[in-house]
Amino acid sequence: MIDALVRGLALALYILAAGAFLVFLFRESEPARRGGSILLLAGFAAQTLSLILGTITAGQVPVMSLAQALGFSGWALAGVYLAVSLRYRLPVLGACVSPLAAVLLLCSALSPAKPAQAGPILQGLWLSAHLVTAFVGYGFLALSFLAGVFYLVQEREIKAKRTGGVYRRLPSLGTLDALNQTSLTLGFALITAGIVTGAIYAQVALGAFWRWDPKEVWAFITWLIYAGLIHQRLTVGWRGRRAAILSLVGFAVLCFTFLGVSHLSGGYHSFTALERFVVK
Amino acid sequence: MNILLIGLNHQTAPVELRERLALDRCDAAEVYGGLPRPADEGEAVVLSTCNRVEVLVAAPGDPDEEVAAVSAFLAKQGGTEARDLAPHLYVHQGPEAVRHLFRVASSLDSMVLGEPQILGQVKEAYRRAVSQRATGVVTNKLLHKSFSVAKRVRSETGIGSHAVSVGYAAVELARKIFDRLEGLEVLLIGAGEMAELAAEHLLRHHASRIVVANRTLARAMDLARRFDGRAAHLDELPALLVSADVVISSTGAEQVVVTPAMVKAVLKPRRHRPLFFVDIAVPRDVDPQVNSLDNVYVYDIDDLEGVVSANQAARADESIRAERIVEEETLKFMDWLGTLAVAPTIIDLTNKAEEIRAAELKRSLARLGPLSEEQIEALDILTRSLMQKMLHDPILFIKHAGHRDRKDRYVELARKLFNLDREDVPDPNRNR
Repeated sequence: MIDALVRGLALALYILAAGAFLVFLFRESEPARRGGSILLLAGFAAQTLSLILGTITAGQVPVMSLAQALGFSGWALAGVYLAVSLRYRLPVLGACVSPLAAVLLLCSALSPAKPAQAGPILQGLWLSAHLVTAFVGYGFLALSFLAGVFYLVQEREIKAKRTGGVYRRLPSLGTLDALNQTSLTLGFALITAGIVTGAIYAQVALGAFWRWDPKEVWAFITWLIYAGLIHQRLTVGWRGRRAAILSLVGFAVLCFTFLGVSHLSGGYHSFTALERFVVK
Repeated sequence: MNILLIGLNHQTAPVELRERLALDRCDAAEVYGGLPRPADEGEAVVLSTCNRVEVLVAAPGDPDEEVAAVSAFLAKQGGTEARDLAPHLYVHQGPEAVRHLFRVASSLDSMVLGEPQILGQVKEAYRRAVSQRATGVVTNKLLHKSFSVAKRVRSETGIGSHAVSVGYAAVELARKIFDRLEGLEVLLIGAGEMAELAAEHLLRHHASRIVVANRTLARAMDLARRFDGRAAHLDELPALLVSADVVISSTGAEQVVVTPAMVKAVLKPRRHRPLFFVDIAVPRDVDPQVNSLDNVYVYDIDDLEGVVSANQAARADESIRAERIVEEETLKFMDWLGTLAVAPTIIDLTNKAEEIRAAELKRSLARLGPLSEEQIEALDILTRSLMQKMLHDPILFIKHAGHRDRKDRYVELARKLFNLDREDVPDPNRNR
């Protein structure tokens, strides 16, 4: 009951934040930007509270269905944006993140909630660590994707010598490239940690580190792409356009790993498979 | 209290006249000492910049006399007759004066719309007025309000965010590419007023180093000394392009100086750091094809002019929104001014009632003979609550009279009705 209430509050705050950022986009109004940031922070706090409550009832970070996973990624995205906005001033990014977080939470709220208790196999600290690191990593990689998109748009504006509204509202290429790099590095470190903790958990719970399950294969492919991008950035000095495009490709594969693999192929990572382990 | 603003600006007076009137370099004490100080509570602020000379006055009393006195003061300062000055002067009164000040502070009345210096100048003028104790309740509030209006206009509209000179447009573009100019190296190829101005702009915005390349090394060394930079020969260009970040080019060459092949060769040694060409030369120095290389941006003089004229148009659009903000704030200020007139009236009214009560109570107590403490207190409470209940509605009525014009009239009526200005009218109490 309280859980649902807090979740509703978080959703409402995300929607309000999205509205405020929208006003900022159209009017370039400073109070709207500040209001949006505060509302988003409040929404994030509310969702954090709801997740803590969920963890207490379920005995595990509540990510046991697709719906919960969507809500959780919304949380990770909002949190990661808030963390990054401490260093970079990127209200346009907030204008993307707030509605996205709202939609993700809405999707999760619309699917029927099954108050569930994690079964014995879904218990344990390693699984919690696996879920949190992987999702926060996804959040950072999503941010690097957004930074890449903005970079490409802004670069096109500058090359085409269009200095209109889009050019004015988007941050500088330097900022976008730096954000792309920072969130890429952090995101890569976190998904690496996610894969490692996942493997340890698999060893503890299922008796094998790695089973070449489809999700594991795709996670590995995603990891390779990002590893390649980081390598190019650090050694060859790739930056700007090419780095932005590759972070777009990386994120597309990541999305497929996250959503597509679970639906198209079986394997124990899919959400339907997960349900078997949930105590109703 | 009347608010008056008397002055002239770049639209009403020629520069010769403005020069003679300029008061900003004069000693503040001298300026304010020479200003006709109206009766007891007059307030004044003098604003003088290269584009305007304005005197803001808030004073009770006849506005026409005030205008005449200030015009005479200005004429004396300019060494002319008030008669000759009159056609150049504008006089704003009440809300128009408030609106004018807000527009000036927000740079809506400036020659270059949205230029940022004027707010600092208004603040400085206010500081001088305060140091001469020439300000008071109304001007203090009005000037502080004008600062916040200017801030609001700046933050809520894009009026100040558009570069309107080629040099500044180059700085703005560099900021959109590199974010910060700190640590950047500027390479100036050739010479010329506009190119040097652009380089100066970049340095003033914290670009770190400058290299000057020229076909004649002596000329390069001259310029380098001026900018405190390094000189180089034009033949070294390919090597110079490796370390440069912003290249300003302005040679008199007939052919292009920077070719796509030359730039393509330096991309790798530069580790793909962005490179920004500002090509001011006609005919152009940088091959337009260079713009299609990754992380390389080329703006020629036409592109920069295009940015500038688009910005000028955008500033004009934004000014419509700015005017609305000014209008809003003017109304708010006039409302506040209205309440200012109400407060003393309410105080006078309660004071007068309290005086009467105290006098009557004293008289009655003398007649009633010895009373106990409780009885005296009861009488005190009785008379006090009688007074408060009687005054409650009239006070509320004046306070919430609504529109300002009506408020003024009601305040006047109340003062007459209760004879708060102690004019000589037959007093029934005394006649008895």
